[in-house]
Amino acid sequence: MSLTRTQVEGIAHLARLEISEAQMPVYVDSLSRIIDFVEQLAAADTAGIEPMAHPLADQVQRLRPDAVSETDQRERFQQNAPSVAAGLYLVPKVIE
Amino acid sequence: MHTLTVSELAAGLRARKFSSIDLTLHFLGRIERLGPELNAFVTVTADRALADARAADETLARGEGGPLTGVPVAHKDIFCTDGIRTTCSSRMLSSFIAPYDATVVARWRAAGTVLLGKTNMDEFAMGSSNETSFFGPVRNPWDPKRVPGGSSGGSAAAVAACIAPAATGTDTGGSIRQPAALTNLTGIKPTYGRVSRYGMIAFASSLDQAGVLARSAEDAALLLEAMSGFDPNDSTSVDRPVPNYAAELNQPLKGLRVGIIREFFGAGLDPAVENCVRAAIAQLQQEGAVIRDVSLPSLPLSVPTYYVVAPAECSSNLSRFDGVRFGHRCEQPKDLLDLYKRSRGEGFGAEVKRRIMTGTYVLSAGYYDAYYLQAQKCRALIAADFARAFAEVDVVLSPTAPTAAFELGAKTSDPIAMYLNDIYSIAANLAGLPGISIPCGFVDEGGKDLPVGLQLVGPHFGEARLLAVSHQYQQHTDWHERIAPGYA
Repeated sequence: MSLTRTQVEGIAHLARLEISEAQMPVYVDSLSRIIDFVEQLAAADTAGIEPMAHPLADQVQRLRPDAVSETDQRERFQQNAPSVAAGLYLVPKVIE
Repeated sequence: MHTLTVSELAAGLRARKFSSIDLTLHFLGRIERLGPELNAFVTVTADRALADARAADETLARGEGGPLTGVPVAHKDIFCTDGIRTTCSSRMLSSFIAPYDATVVARWRAAGTVLLGKTNMDEFAMGSSNETSFFGPVRNPWDPKRVPGGSSGGSAAAVAACIAPAATGTDTGGSIRQPAALTNLTGIKPTYGRVSRYGMIAFASSLDQAGVLARSAEDAALLLEAMSGFDPNDSTSVDRPVPNYAAELNQPLKGLRVGIIREFFGAGLDPAVENCVRAAIAQLQQEGAVIRDVSLPSLPLSVPTYYVVAPAECSSNLSRFDGVRFGHRCEQPKDLLDLYKRSRGEGFGAEVKRRIMTGTYVLSAGYYDAYYLQAQKCRALIAADFARAFAEVDVVLSPTAPTAAFELGAKTSDPIAMYLNDIYSIAANLAGLPGISIPCGFVDEGGKDLPVGLQLVGPHFGEARLLAVSHQYQQHTDWHERIAPGYA
């Protein structure tokens, strides 16, 4: 199945990725080929098969006590942030 | 010193033939001299290595320490290392300093290893040739015109060139086994849940597993044991005792039932590679293994299944890179949407963007059932095929990769051709099974000897058997002892 440029622009928007004008045709072509390739799964007979989300069938999600286990390392973690002030992460104005 | 295995280095350290400082200086010297031509390292941690080595020497002087105390190692740059730059070979994380150690890193550190540095890789582990790295491609020590495989290509090149005795890797669809095959190493991907994923930057969470690249099965056994085991910080970590892998290496080959996967010896397999693998099968038979033909008819679905499941999980995992809390941020964003789009557009390379978009598409409304749900059902078919096979045989065998190392640039313009490198390795990830690649011969390409690997896959938590079969095979062959010309 071939994807249209409009579809790929829509996907890029959903994925929050800016794609340049020059690169757009490359993605239209390669994504079309990938979707075309995975299309062959449609022919597999999966009637009555349970979808598998986890590779170990008998694993269960563990629970832990709802207790504080982490220490406050905000300053350390924020050293990796592009822009902070007074312990807050800065982004462009969201509400006018 | 650099051609010794980890076990031999450990013995030398205990016998005081050399100190950890001697070893560490020797390997740092080799990294400085030979590292740049291979581009195997993103970051060399010389100061840290010397501090680790001094501490290891003190431990050894007290007559303490374990089998890995003082042994230098390298970590794939996907593992967080406290206070050390951790990039995932992406522009997105090119200045990220990890604030904690991954569990794998912490465990090897507690075992007394010395950290030489962080190895180059495909960006976010997405690739099969190490050509998607923001820091440039890694070269194969067996032929610098060729790729070392990927995504753990830097780890593979470093160990194959003897500039590190062993290294960590991660394997989502073959990223330990395929580079091991292309560089003449032993590479093991354990069962899903055997090794903690905590601090290992996520690509596809239901497939990712950490493992080892080493120069023998014996080394892989020691190193895997040191990184394995339950970790409450990883919700998918399995609480199950870790066997003493090294102690189980002497299980005999006699009576071992080996299934030869019929579907993995068909079109697309290089005849010269097939010859090597067939010769290895004959050797195993000669040593007493029982060879059987097995059919796993759903395995041809593995690559398309993977290229739905892995991108879907990747698109979700990589949504955390938003240019706000850490990672690359674009200049002068005009609003929040612009900040997200340009930070991500600039921070991620072409293949990563392609996979995020593939995943976004297959998960989107109207397509979810046709692609994602159908792929999860195909995944169940593949897992069921393996379960049936393991009722009849102990391990299954195939080539690790369809060809030996290919030339840089040969497959970069065609994503499907690149994806098909992992045609034999992906199924083990989908089923969560352990797999190992071991050297089994060489093919001649343009006057260069290029290594070939064979893959063994076992039932869940069958690592000990895989390592034992590999070790026994390595007692009867010397392919794994060959070192790339110029690096011995």
